[in-house]
Formats: sequence, C-alpha cells, structure tokens
Amino acid sequence: MTLLWIPLLSLLGSIISSRTGKLTRNQSTALTLLMPIIALFMTISLAPAIFAGNVIRETISWIPLLGIDIAFRLDGLALLFVFMILGIGILVIFYARYYLSSKDSMPKLYAYLMLFMTAMLGIVMSNNIIQLWFFWELTSISSFLLISYWWHKPEARKGAIMALIVTGGGGLALLAGLLLLGNIVGSYNLDAILASREIIQAHAWYEVTLILVLLGAFTKSAQFPFHFWLPHAMAAPTPVSAYLHSATMVKAGIFLLARFYPALAGTDIWFILVSLTGLTTMLLGAYIALFKHDLKGLLAYSTISHLGLITLLFGLDTKLAAVAAIFHIINHAIFKASLFMATGIIDHETGTRDMRKLNGMWRFMPYTATLAMVAAAAMAGVPLLNGFLSKEMFFAETLHQQLLGSMSWLIPVLATVAGALAVAYSARFIHDVFFNGDPIDLPKQPSEPPRYMRVPIEILVALCLVVGIFPNFIIDDILKAASFAVLGGYVPEFKVALWHGFNLPLLMSAIAVIGGLFLYTQRRYLFQFQASMPSLNAKKAFDDSIYLITKWSQRKINDIENGSLQRYLMLMFVFVLIFAGWPLFEMHQLSGQKELTPIDLHNAIGAALLMIGAISTVIWYRARVVSLLMISVVGLMVSVVFTRFSAPDLALTQLTVEVVTIVLLMLALFFLPQHSPKESSSLRVVRDLGISAALGVVVASICYALITRPFESISEFFLANAKTGGGGTNVVNVILVDFRGFDTLGEICVLGIAALGIYKLLINLPLLLPVRDSEGRLWAKERYPILLASISQSLLPLALMISFYIFLRGHNLPGGGFIAGLVTAVAFILQYIAHGSTWISTRLTINYRKIIASGIAIATFTGVGSWFYGRPFMTTWFDYFDIPIIGKIELASALIFDLGVYITVVGATLMILASLGQLASGPKEEVKT
Amino acid sequence: MELLYASCVGLLVSCGVFLILRSRTFPIVLGLTMFSYAVNLFLFSSGRLSINNAAVLGTSSEYTDPLPQALVLTAIVIGFAMTAFVVILAIRGRADLGSDHVDGEPEKDKKVNV
Repeated sequence: MTLLWIPLLSLLGSIISSRTGKLTRNQSTALTLLMPIIALFMTISLAPAIFAGNVIRETISWIPLLGIDIAFRLDGLALLFVFMILGIGILVIFYARYYLSSKDSMPKLYAYLMLFMTAMLGIVMSNNIIQLWFFWELTSISSFLLISYWWHKPEARKGAIMALIVTGGGGLALLAGLLLLGNIVGSYNLDAILASREIIQAHAWYEVTLILVLLGAFTKSAQFPFHFWLPHAMAAPTPVSAYLHSATMVKAGIFLLARFYPALAGTDIWFILVSLTGLTTMLLGAYIALFKHDLKGLLAYSTISHLGLITLLFGLDTKLAAVAAIFHIINHAIFKASLFMATGIIDHETGTRDMRKLNGMWRFMPYTATLAMVAAAAMAGVPLLNGFLSKEMFFAETLHQQLLGSMSWLIPVLATVAGALAVAYSARFIHDVFFNGDPIDLPKQPSEPPRYMRVPIEILVALCLVVGIFPNFIIDDILKAASFAVLGGYVPEFKVALWHGFNLPLLMSAIAVIGGLFLYTQRRYLFQFQASMPSLNAKKAFDDSIYLITKWSQRKINDIENGSLQRYLMLMFVFVLIFAGWPLFEMHQLSGQKELTPIDLHNAIGAALLMIGAISTVIWYRARVVSLLMISVVGLMVSVVFTRFSAPDLALTQLTVEVVTIVLLMLALFFLPQHSPKESSSLRVVRDLGISAALGVVVASICYALITRPFESISEFFLANAKTGGGGTNVVNVILVDFRGFDTLGEICVLGIAALGIYKLLINLPLLLPVRDSEGRLWAKERYPILLASISQSLLPLALMISFYIFLRGHNLPGGGFIAGLVTAVAFILQYIAHGSTWISTRLTINYRKIIASGIAIATFTGVGSWFYGRPFMTTWFDYFDIPIIGKIELASALIFDLGVYITVVGATLMILASLGQLASGPKEEVKT
Repeated sequence: MELLYASCVGLLVSCGVFLILRSRTFPIVLGLTMFSYAVNLFLFSSGRLSINNAAVLGTSSEYTDPLPQALVLTAIVIGFAMTAFVVILAIRGRADLGSDHVDGEPEKDKKVNV
C-alpha cells in the first residue's frame, strides 16, 4: 500500500498544516514538512524497482460496473514527476517560511500548497484516466486558491479567475477527450489505453480525441494562444509562482503529452499540431520576455517559452526528441524554481520587482546575486550548467527532423533565434538587476536576506552545476526510466555529455550566445521598435470576450427565465406533452389484447358525476367557494371509484383526506380573495385549453393502453407471504407496515416535515384578516353554532372509538394507521370547527410538534428493535397468544410501527389545521382585497 | 369500461392542467388537487381494474394487485401534505407580497413581458 500513501500523506499534510494557526512559524513549517519528507523517502525506497524496469500498481475497486477504480501506478515518468513535486515542494515550503510577512496567514498558504501537491501527485500517479482528470481539476482549483492568496488585491482575484477559466475550460475539453478515449479502448484503465495505440489511431474519432486532449494540455501548460493566463497568475506569492507556475502545474500539460505519447503520438496530425504550437509559443514567449520590466513577468514569459520548447520537442518525429524533452523538464524545473526564489528575495529585500529601478544589487547582496546569476546562466544555456546540455540536445534534434519537408531547415534556424532571445533576456536579468549603475527610488534599503532563505536556492543551483558538469552521475537512471515509460518500452541509445566535439549543435549554441549578447547590447533600438508597435493586450481581449459572453448569456437567460412562474409551468407542460405524446405515435395499436369489460349503470352514473364535478370546477373557478364545493364532488367520486374497483383501504383514506382537505381549503379561502379576477386574454385561455386538452388526451391514451394489456406483477409474492410472513390478511396494510415499511417510514417523515414547514411559514405572518366577505357584508358575530357544538362533543368519544377499532383491525381488514389517524384528526377538527381554537386551547394543550416527533420515533425504534435480535432493520415479529376470556389474539411488532404512523398522521394533520385556525381567530383589521 | 375509466383520468388531467395554468394561487391549488386525483387513479389502474376482488386474504378466490394500492395510499396522504403546504405558502405569499398572483404581482404592473 506504499503507493497509495504518497498522495494520502500529502493530503494529510494539508489538513495538519491548516490546523497549525496557534503554533509558531518554525513549528508550523516543521509539521508541514514532515509529511512530504516521509513521502519522499517512501518514493526513494521504490525507485530501484522502477529503475529495474518495473511498474508498480495498486488498485482499490470502487465502481467496477462503470470501470472506475481508485488506481495508482508508478513508472519511470511518474517517478520523475513525483521526485520533482515532492522535492521542489519541500524546498518551496521551507522558503515560504521566510518569504511570508507576519501579516500573512501561514497555515492557509501551507494547506493550499499541500492540497496542490496532493492533486499533482494524483495526476502523475493515476492509473485510471477519470481519476487523473479529477486530480487535474483539483490542481486548477488549488491554483485558483493560491493565486488569490492575497485576495484583497484586485489583480490577484482577476488573475485567479482568469487562470481558473482558462485551465478549467481546458479541463472540460480534456474530460471529453478522455471519455472518448475510454470509449474507443473500452476501458478507463491507463495500462489498457497505453497498450491500444493501433485501435486508437485507426478510430474515426482519433482526431477529435487528440484535439480535445491537446486542448487540455495546452491550456494547462500555457501554450499559445492560451498563454496569457500565466503572466497574470504572477499576482500569487512568489513561492507559489516558483512551485506551481514554473516547476509543476504548468508541467502537468507537458506530463499529459508525455503520458499519452505512446498511445496518441506518431501521426502527422500530432506532429503538426504539437510542434507548431510549441514553436510559436517558444518564439513568442522569448520575444515578449525581453521587454518585460517586471522580474516575475520576464520569468513568466521565459517559462512560457521553455514550455513551448518542451512541447516542440514532443512534436518532433524522432525518438531522441522525447528524451531531450524529459531532460529539459528536469532542468527547467531546477533553474526556474531557483530563479523565482531569487526574485522573491530581491522583491522581499527591496520592495520592488521593477528592473528600471533595480540596478547594482551586486553591492548589496553579492551572495544572492551569484546564485541568481548561475541560475540565469543555466536558463540561457551556458556550458557547464544543466540548461546547456538539454539545449544542445534540442538543437541536435531540430536538425534531425523532416517535419516541414523541404522547408525543415526553418526549425533549427528558428530554434537558434529563440536561443538567442533566451540569452538576451537572461543577460538582461543579470545585468539590469545586479549591475547597470545605481538603484533608483527603492522602497527599502536592500541587504542580504535571512541566511536560511537562501538554502533552497543553494540546493537547486548546486543541482544545476552537478547536472551540468557530471550529467551521468545523478540523472542517468531517472532519465532512462522516464524515457522508457514515454517511448513505450524502447529507449534509443543516447549519451548525455558535456563535450560532443565540434559539431553543428555547438555552433548553434555559439551563435545563440553571441547573437543574444549582441541583441542585449542593442536593446535600446529594440525597445524603441517595440514601443512603436500597437499594443496587443491579451488581458483586455480576454476581459472583453468574458464580458460579451456574460452579457449574451444574461440576455438569453432573461429571454427564457423572465420571472413568470406561469410561463415556466406552461413551457413545462408543453415539454411533457412532447415527450409523453411522441412515443404514442410510434405505437402500432392503442388497445391491448385484454378483453374489455362492459359498462354497467353504476359505473356510468359515477363517471358522469365525476366528470360533471370536474368540469364545473373549471367553469366556476373564479368563484372560489363554488369551485371548492365542486372539487369536493370529484374527490368523493374518486373514493367511490376506489370502492368499486376492490380498493377499500384507498376508499377510506381518500374519503377522510377529502374531508380534511376541503376543511383546510375552506379555511385558507378566508385568508385569500374570494374571487379570481378576470385576467387572462381570450387568446391565452384558448392556448391553455389547447395544452390541457392535448395533455388529457395523451394521458387518457396511455392509461387506456396500459389497462387493456395483460401484465405480470411482482405482487404474487406479497399475496403469498402476507399471512405466513407478515401475519396479516390485509395485504395492502401488510405491504405498508412490513414489506415496504422503510418506504412508509420515509413517507411519515415527509408528512412531519411538511407540517413543520407549515408551522414555520405561519410564524410572524403579517395578518391580512378580512372583516367583510367579498360582498361587503360583515362576518357574523355568532361564530359557533350551538347545535353543532353540542352534537360534536358527544360524537368525539364515539369517533375515537371507531378510529381505535379501525386501527386495530388494520392488519387483517381494511383500516390501519393512516386511516385511523385521519379519522381521529377529523374528529378533532370537528371540535375545532364547532368551538373554535380558543375554546379548545383552554381545555386541551397539545404540542403537536412533540406528537409528530414521538410518532416518527416510535416507528423508527420499532425498526431499530429488530437489531437487538440480530435481524436487519425493520424485520417484523408476530405471534398468537391465548388469553383467558378474550380468546386467541395476534400480537405483531408491525402494530407498534403502525401506531407510530397513526400518531404522526394525527399530529401532522392537526398541526396544519390548528395552526391555520389559530390565525383565523386572531384580531381582525380592514384590508382591501 | 376501460375506455370510460381512461377518459375520466384524461378529463381530470385536462381540468387540473388548465387550473394550474391560471394566474392566481387558489385555482392552482385546486388544479394540483385535481391533478393528484388523476395521478392517483392512473397509478391505481396500473394494477388493472377488477371488481369485488379486494386484496384481503380469505375474502375471495382471486385478488387484485395490492402493490399499486399501497403506493397510492401513501400518495394520497402525502398529496394532502403537499396541498396543505402549497396553500399555506400561497397565504404567506399573499401576506408578504400583497397579491395572490403567482408571479408576485399582477401582470399589468410588471415590466417584463410574459
């Protein structure tokens, strides 16, 4: 399980460091460093196996049906990246300890940095491409958090959003590409994909897949034309720039190219897209870098240029080019991270990064200057340093390609031009900052930084030198292992050496150095020329396009979502109509094979009443009381329908619910206008009639088609097991309290929640109580009819007894908790109607919320009870007992469950009606309706 | 018989939808109530229509399908809870907004086109 622990430790580190707010800075740093250091040692212990050519895999099955696993994989390429991520991460964390001012929150930076580290480790070690994508997006998010670390600065927020939009958008393209890839191969497993080169490249979707994956890679690695986000990301603290925006995150795109090199590369379209993008980016970045006055701006564009160089190498059609690319990934990470850290020191000690002000720093910080100069020389590609070696390899490979046919000679020439530009901006970095006269208007008096702030740079610069002078000493194994992984098991013979004799690449290097220095000496003319160019502001273009897109979307949203609920409903019904109606036209015959039953007189009368009720409700809908009376006819007829078609339980439920509903609506009408005004235009009425008629026809057709077809039901099981398994003969009730008891538990919870929601809605309700009815008459003072009051009082015990009887017999005959609860509720509601809520509340103080809660609790604990007997949740128990005098009776745990249902129903129903009724008895005031 | 039943369900749907498309809250509540009648009848009928075959063991030789009945039974109760919630919401909405129009204010006072 070692592999899994590497990202896990880093994640753990993120959590730990976020909790170190109370500790001193040194303690916080030490704690944060602990986890990546352990992870680094673990990785080192795994390295020999990788160098021997093995691939380590670890998989935890997650959703096997969808082919999604938590899978990790460590091969040479991943190992190289893990080393870079952990190694540079450790140095950056250490460096940040001295970089952050006392006002900045250290735990916040560390937690984000470690989260980012986790994401990067996840990308490079994933063996499942969906998982890879997850971590890919996590880097975008953590990068957003890190760039906006100084959130009070507007440029930090803008830079963060820009980076998120560009890399996040690329991430979506990548997801599409990876899904296509998984579809083509039939697996999301990386091993399977890397082994399916022929299938992928022969597939009709290969080009689309490739372009989508490349979009992901190019946005992340800031390739032209997506490069513009990287300079704006420089608003982040410098440790973040050193870590994310030079050494690791921007390399994620490059990693993707390398990772899928065995599966996707080798075709013409790959070479053209990748090499030309890389070439353009390399030249453009190097050219712009020359003119940046901000030190970090210069480094950002230099980074873009170097990323372009690596991309170009992956796009060249030679095997050694890929090796050179990997080598340059390592070298660039080392010298660029150290340069960023040096810039951070200069910024930290002088308060500015503007090269027009920074001059002659050599006198103030000679030690830092030396380190920065060595690193800058490596960036320029000066011999004895690591940058020289990979640049030589790059030059050599540009000579061996045949990409542009007879014009292939252009590539080495342009490569030399880019090399010269790199020398020029490196020279500017060294000369402008450390020499070139005296500093101008520095905010602070410069001096050497704290001793330990330089340690990470010293380590990196030492690596520059060691790699540059003894390349085979430390780099050979890892370079071979990584190349082995990228080239799919085949590594060409190569030898990294300082001296290859006098040859063409050496000449190109020489031209680049001399040309670059010449360019730098003539910079005055170049700057003048550049100043005369119309400024192409990528940020403005980006902002403008974002603005336009937002405005366009807002307009479209306003068109569709104009705030009219009435219109939304209409549109929804139209869509229902289309989707439900369409399949009907594709059906051959509406009626099924089942023989139709004849219509008898009772049914015809019932149907006629139901139809009359429904139509009358619509006709008189504006006179609200009338339509309420009409709809109650429909409700009653529905319960008659249930009675007729063998559903006594439903009929009882419908009947009681109907009473409660109508009483409730009648009460509600007291608070609402008595009439609906005439508002709809005739056209709208016709439109609505059309929609509703069409929908009625569709539903009727579906219903007819359904009930005229024979069917197989799963209910045979319930019928067969109700008595033997559930101990009851009323199968509907047994289903409710036993077979599907868990559903019922959910349903009474919904009922309780609805009642509580109503209770909350009615709290602090501004009262709009009408003093007069719609005709302008005062409400009668005689509120409660005496006759009803006295009858209802004597009816109460009778009703309660009946409901108790219905409750008890429910398991075997129509009845049960729901129905009994409703009957009890109706009995109490009658008391409310007859006496008013004030009268009731003086005699009966009930907290309905507690009743609901206890009902649900009883039902739940009945279910939990079965755990104590080692059975699954909601297992019921029943047995028969012989009790003297009473006789043989059955006791079932389902009865207690049903009691919970009963109590909840009573509580919820009464709470709804009583809380509304309470309002009606409050003080009245005149309102306009 | 089946045809008559299906027509009733269809008619209830039509009336329900028409009421739901009105502009004031109370007719919509009525429409929802009507619509839930239709839905309950529809679901119930998926167990097919049969007379005098209640699913109480020992009362007849054949039984109707009890499962849709169990589903509809809870649907009725929950439908009541929903109706109650909507109607209280309507009261609250009118109290807070001063109008019982579903869009919060009558159309003629609004700036956007419906």
